[in-house]
Amino acid sequence: MPLDPSFAGRTYPPTEPYLVGREKIREFADAIGAADPAYHDPEAARALGYPDVIAPPTFPILLSMVANKSLTRAMGFAESSVVHGDQRFAYTRPVRAGDRLVCVTTVEEIMSRVGNDFVTTRTEMTTEDGEPVVTVSSRLVIRGEA
Amino acid sequence: MQVGDKLATQTYQVTRWDLIRYAGAALDFNPIHWSDRVAAEVGLPGVLAHGMYTMAIAGRALTVWAGDPGAVVEYGVRFARPVVVPDDDHGTEVEVTGTVRAIDEQGRAEVDLTVTCAGEKVLVQARAIIKLS
Repeated sequence: MPLDPSFAGRTYPPTEPYLVGREKIREFADAIGAADPAYHDPEAARALGYPDVIAPPTFPILLSMVANKSLTRAMGFAESSVVHGDQRFAYTRPVRAGDRLVCVTTVEEIMSRVGNDFVTTRTEMTTEDGEPVVTVSSRLVIRGEA
Repeated sequence: MQVGDKLATQTYQVTRWDLIRYAGAALDFNPIHWSDRVAAEVGLPGVLAHGMYTMAIAGRALTVWAGDPGAVVEYGVRFARPVVVPDDDHGTEVEVTGTVRAIDEQGRAEVDLTVTCAGEKVLVQARAIIKLS
């Protein structure tokens, strides 16, 4: 399927706020086998200067992947043809329990090379009040049909 | 902390059970991470670990080393090769090592990670910036 270059540069409207829960952070930390006390124990997190438990560095993918999946679906690609090329998180501060996070996703670049298509997105995550938290950058690869 | 300091090498076992559990927690139910049938249909060598799972377990080596997981201010990787996870009790193993490449002008450590499975690099350009307390 040819890429539709008109997607490049689009910015999608802000998402509904996602309430980051303590138990979701613990569940995610357990699923990656991470025992760091700051993920599990509010007291340990406070001792490090945080108001509540904080989330592992890759936790925000939970939110940004929703936007990326609806984007590649809107572009006409099946989920099983999309693989992850690059991923980066740049933090202003850690995500923590109680955050109400809003995502604004922009399609940064679309290109084709040697039979594969590449889509680069950037999701700015802020609190509902507009405090910057983390920038999530993803490059997705749509595998060409063999 | 100095340039050239090494992170202790960590080895993480990855089984199908881990992938199912990660799929549930991360809400990533792409069948290439749990169905041999679908993986074969799309021409993959087997069921693959989620790239984000591999990135997350490599991140464990970072946060344990940093002491404070909130000290990780940047973390980025390129997914170079898939981690194939066979359906048996052992699964596979991912090995993570790291080196402090530089201390930047703000006194933060730039760490290069080496992440391998069966002797091959599965993540490349795996880099993090850690705020030092």
